[in-house]
Amino acid sequence: MSMPSRLPDPYGQGSGANLADILERVLDKGIVIAGDIRINLLDIELLTIKLRLIVASVDKAKEMGIDWWEDDPALSTKARRDELSRENAELRERLARLEELEPRRAQEEGS
Amino acid sequence: MTGLRYVYAVCRPFGAALQSQLTGLGGDPPRLLTHHGLIAVVSHVPERDFAEAPLRAHLEDLEWLTATARTHQLVIDALTAVTTPLPLRLGTVFRDDSGVRTMMEAREDDFHRILDRVQGRVEWGVKVYAESEKHEQEPARPAQPASGRDYLRLRRQQTRATEDSWQKAESFATRIHDMLSAHAEDSRLHAPQNATLSGAPGRNVLNAAYLVPRTASEEFVELVDRMKDDTPGMRVELTGPWAAYSFTQLSDSEEERP
Repeated sequence: MSMPSRLPDPYGQGSGANLADILERVLDKGIVIAGDIRINLLDIELLTIKLRLIVASVDKAKEMGIDWWEDDPALSTKARRDELSRENAELRERLARLEELEPRRAQEEGS
Repeated sequence: MTGLRYVYAVCRPFGAALQSQLTGLGGDPPRLLTHHGLIAVVSHVPERDFAEAPLRAHLEDLEWLTATARTHQLVIDALTAVTTPLPLRLGTVFRDDSGVRTMMEAREDDFHRILDRVQGRVEWGVKVYAESEKHEQEPARPAQPASGRDYLRLRRQQTRATEDSWQKAESFATRIHDMLSAHAEDSRLHAPQNATLSGAPGRNVLNAAYLVPRTASEEFVELVDRMKDDTPGMRVELTGPWAAYSFTQLSDSEEERP
């Protein structure tokens, strides 16, 4: 058998390939063979492991300053709530200003 | 008691020696178990960790899982340096050598067919991230909109900017994937990675794997490098060379092909 030809130096392997890259391949890809020890990775893999990883790494991500999703209304219900209450406050303030300018008319409409 | 057999990979006989200091799971150097024209790469692992109940419990333990996955990958990596391994999924364990041999015999044809397809090829991983444009948009928003109409106009602008950046990211990802696919023998699109899981900044818009002949790898890497600075706001990351993890589903790809 001939030796494999030269490969470029590994990119991001080891330190650079993130844990997700490795787990993605080792747990999700690769050939599936039923061994004598019956473990169904699917039982664990998709739900438990991923959830745990996400939960476990949120704090770490925050430490690293990766928290943009918290301000993104599409990703965070808290951000969505914050945005709604901010809009509410702005609208209420604007309404109050209008009412001050036209007190009589506001009164008539209010009754 | 000699323990259980953890199988990392199946490959064809190879001439070169594995790295001498390579340590596998349970501190056991990977052994080569030959059966008919194939080799299973195996470690002897203790029952206290790899019998059904402890293994199941361990898989719930992130630290154990991380260490095991890294070791598994290290062995596959060492094999990739000298041959074309067929990586098995983490946690493939047999009672003894004869269990491994029985499995190899039962799957012999499959192994040969997949090995034929990936022989002399490696997998490159390419991810594209759309970097957060939040900071660019921020100054455009005045603290207090002058009127309700201004306010609505600003809101529309922001929505449009988000849609634009999403579209830009999508078209860049499509372009890079098309170009790389044309330079690869096969490709797979994986689910985008969760930012909290990967720790990578930005939104992962492409997570793909490409099957590339070793001989064409240098060119492939240069191609990716050239695309790296192509579009502002987009980050391209390359990993590899990996064993052909993403290209081991034989039936799958054969169905795809006409």
